[in-house]
Amino acid sequence: MSAFQIVFLLIALLTLFSALMVVFARKTIHSAFWLILALFGVAATFATLAASFFVVIQVAVYIGAIAILIIFTVMLTRRSMEESGDQLLPGWGWAALVVLIVFGGLVFMLLQWQGIFQPPQVLTAGGENLENLGMALVMPDRYVIPFEVASVLLVAAMIGAIYVAGDHKKRS
Amino acid sequence: MDGAMILEWVLKSVFILLFMTAGFAYTTLFERRMIAKFQARIGPNRAGPWGLLQPVADGLKLIFKEELIPAHADKVMFVLAPVITVIPSLIVTAVVPWGGVVDLFGRKVPLYLADVNVGLLYIMAVTSISVYGITLAGWASNNKYATLGGLRSTAQMISYEIAMGFCFVVPVLLAGSLSLVDIVEAQKKIWFIFLQPGAAIILAITMYAEVNRAPFDMPEAEQELTAGYHSEYSGMKFALFFMAEYIKMIAVSMIFATLFLGGYHFPFVDQIPVIGPYLGPFVLLAKTLVLLFGFIWVRATLPRIRYDRLMAFGWKVLFPLSLLSVLVTAAMVLLVK
Amino acid sequence: MLTAWLYVGIFLVVAVLLPAVAIALAGILAPKKSNPIKTSVYECGIEVVGPARVQIKAQYYIYAMVFLVFDVEMVLLFPWAVAFKQLPLFAVFEGILFLLILLGGLFYAWRKGALEWF
Repeated sequence: MSAFQIVFLLIALLTLFSALMVVFARKTIHSAFWLILALFGVAATFATLAASFFVVIQVAVYIGAIAILIIFTVMLTRRSMEESGDQLLPGWGWAALVVLIVFGGLVFMLLQWQGIFQPPQVLTAGGENLENLGMALVMPDRYVIPFEVASVLLVAAMIGAIYVAGDHKKRS
Repeated sequence: MDGAMILEWVLKSVFILLFMTAGFAYTTLFERRMIAKFQARIGPNRAGPWGLLQPVADGLKLIFKEELIPAHADKVMFVLAPVITVIPSLIVTAVVPWGGVVDLFGRKVPLYLADVNVGLLYIMAVTSISVYGITLAGWASNNKYATLGGLRSTAQMISYEIAMGFCFVVPVLLAGSLSLVDIVEAQKKIWFIFLQPGAAIILAITMYAEVNRAPFDMPEAEQELTAGYHSEYSGMKFALFFMAEYIKMIAVSMIFATLFLGGYHFPFVDQIPVIGPYLGPFVLLAKTLVLLFGFIWVRATLPRIRYDRLMAFGWKVLFPLSLLSVLVTAAMVLLVK
Repeated sequence: MLTAWLYVGIFLVVAVLLPAVAIALAGILAPKKSNPIKTSVYECGIEVVGPARVQIKAQYYIYAMVFLVFDVEMVLLFPWAVAFKQLPLFAVFEGILFLLILLGGLFYAWRKGALEWF
């Protein structure tokens, strides 16, 4: 096993463990902080793939913005800060079965694909070409429509959030 | 990747860590002496010549202070919070170039730790995670002042981060690259502050807010929140918060110098025979020192802004202005092309 | 590029050591004479009234939501800025249109009073 594989395994274990702790933590705010660690593990995985842009997007958007939103949301909901009841739903056995079937299916699918046994392809020496990405986002023959639609979608989400929160204020 | 390369890298990272720690110690002394001058006092001058041993004395005192963990606090998070606050302030410096590639002991050594091709976005990302230490400290303390201070600080930092990010777009437009090495090289002829003074001023203001310094030190407003998020911290853990604030100040000054003040370039310095290429780090240091003096000057001069005005200033003044400066820069680059 | 990220990763690990060592050192050297009065929560010197972890204002949530939207848009603007010098005029205006949609969102939030601090 090469040093690179050991690093990958460590990152994968960290990500999986913190993802599990998100579910098992008794306090909601602890779950939120474990989630941040899990997202950080994903960013580190992108770094091992030399996908620099995705590393920084993962950290800046997911950890820097979405996780803050989640923490504020948790602090807004005072009552359910601490969970003291049973952590398992009655039908958890069936859920576990479904999860196992899906996991088995995924593993089977991946084993069908030859690429999984080969080492990852090396990107260009200087990392991914950001100029190409920038061109692709705004060139009319490439992804300009998704790019603009994404911005409209984001503004729509913001308007929705402001509307919902504003309504809440009037009632209270 | 051979042994010499690993050694070179280890030496560089240890040097940066030691430099930042020593820089933190002497920035505190610099600030206390300067504030004393502004207020017509003498300042600390007893420990060693000109008070030069004062930071050492402070450090030793803090190590031997008792550390208290408040009752009902979340113990693990309470201890973790100062550590999480210090780390982003240290690692943000990893992409800042100190100089070009120089010959050292018969090797070509680049004077930067890592030239990441998305350097500027890396700085953005690290700044955006630096709010967590403060939020965590506020929440874990189980103290009303600390909780309020942590929350306020988070809201303030995310508000000013938007304007900061748009100001980062300006040097990218001018240089055509996200790598800080490329951005510095693009300023060899003319510094970006002369091309876009507006963006530089907005960036400077947002950076004061990002490091929670006066006049934006709302999270630790003594009169209303005692000490904000670190009300309950004592001894070494308090020292770590203090350290994070000053290291952030140094890091932010270095980043500003790199983006708008030409980084390690200064007219005619690199034409000095023999030692010219080695002077890059010293040029960057001199610029950093000037900017640090600016931080202290502002603290001595301006009163604190009220919280609602602070948020309004960030969203309603700085954010539209930063968008405008992106548009103006785009127009300028188009016209030159 | 992989080596650059490796450097950053190891620098991160080394950077964790600095505060960890400081806390460990203080843990060994600092005196430990705790008592209930010392560990009580500070509140102007009086008895603590009510819990510290109260329900926060909804305004914080709105700020975080508005920030999230603009953060995503800002990050998408960086590749456009990198490629700016190679872009034809049409593509430049696509980027500016993107900025203007964003500006429209800002003015909606402004008009609705989402940016006011109550």
